[in-house]
Amino acid sequence: MKINGRAVEGEVEPRLLLADFIRDNAGLTGTHLGCEHGVCGACTVQLDGHPVRSCLIFAVQAHGHQVATVEGMAPSDSSLNTLQQAFHECHALQCGFCTPGILMTMDAFLREEPDPTPERIRSALGGNLCRCTGYQNIITAVRLAADRLNC
Amino acid sequence: MKPAQFEYDDPETEEEALDLLARHGDECKVLAGGQSLVPLMNFRLARPARLIDINRIDSLSYIKREDGRLVIGAMTRHTHLERAAEVAQGWPLLTEAIGWVGHAQIRNRGTIGGSVAHADPAAELPAAFTALDASFQVRSKRGSRTIGWDHFFVSEFTTALAPDELVMAVEVPALDPGSGAAFVEYARRHGDFALGGAAVTLRLGRDGHCEKATIALVSAGPAPVRASSAEQQLRGSTLDDSSIRAASVEAVKGLRPTSDLHGSTEYRIGLLRTMTERALTKAAQRARSST
Repeated sequence: MKINGRAVEGEVEPRLLLADFIRDNAGLTGTHLGCEHGVCGACTVQLDGHPVRSCLIFAVQAHGHQVATVEGMAPSDSSLNTLQQAFHECHALQCGFCTPGILMTMDAFLREEPDPTPERIRSALGGNLCRCTGYQNIITAVRLAADRLNC
Repeated sequence: MKPAQFEYDDPETEEEALDLLARHGDECKVLAGGQSLVPLMNFRLARPARLIDINRIDSLSYIKREDGRLVIGAMTRHTHLERAAEVAQGWPLLTEAIGWVGHAQIRNRGTIGGSVAHADPAAELPAAFTALDASFQVRSKRGSRTIGWDHFFVSEFTTALAPDELVMAVEVPALDPGSGAAFVEYARRHGDFALGGAAVTLRLGRDGHCEKATIALVSAGPAPVRASSAEQQLRGSTLDDSSIRAASVEAVKGLRPTSDLHGSTEYRIGLLRTMTERALTKAAQRARSST
């Protein structure tokens, strides 16, 4: 499979979850595992551009597909992309455990809806749990990123 | 929180999948979107000896119209159906119901065939298909058959599918002109399974009287429940508030939804009555504005 554009190969048991392959085999530990049953959204990655739970897909199912994780977002090691920068400025994270999943969800969401209302952002955020922020700053950050991406 | 070991096949054609099912049907599970099966496997509540992954069978993913009916391939993802303009136009009940299914990440992966084969009584699509009088095309090496919703959904997580059969497609008849439909549910958090819900369709005659009603209830019993006596009661009425209220009371008569920590049986009956009333009211408004 390709992860963030880089070919990653491995021979694994069919039962290995995609999330574990990304973390343990590809060494990309930005993808976090929370509940491991599809509720919390922390492990959200993009499969062929669409946000999915990597704890509910087996690694073998991603054979031949494109996977995007949080590590692929920033343009360089010393800079953040527009969405990440907006999260940073708006204090849209505290402990940061849920953040990679939220970024992967919102990155795809802004591609599909470049000018969302706060209500639409709330709805799109429904599949990601955050226990620190109370969500308000996340919504502000996504809106700020939308403004910057649109100008 | 990791699945137990299993054998794995990922056939690329329908024929190969049916061959594998004929050989291993008793000991295997079909892996479609995996949004219900994989959580169960992670918890080890399900430990199938073998998975037949049908995600590589592209021919099972489509939405088409055939003789006025909507035919949805089993591997069509929820998101695909949710965004299909022809579905929103001709079968808005499905579009409305899908909005209640999980979250975007789940809908990107979960499939229509998987939802009906899993047959969770709290799931939205089985109830919507029940209200729409849908039927299910299934196939095995032994042949094909089409099963109506009333025979397909047997009980909790149980359908009429034989171990070697695969759901190929869902067929949904067209709604008649002058119809309105609505899907309403209540869950503690958006995206959770419904504590109670209702999918209804109503058809109004030219004189403004109800000619046909269908009411299917979510989380009301071991399978989607059709409230047939309430449907009968509505026929001939003008769908005014009092007839809708009376039909909602009738719809929940005799139901015994399971009591659990989220709600007692009595609470759930009250909730189902309210959901039915709201769905009927909404559908009646829509039917009136479509005539």
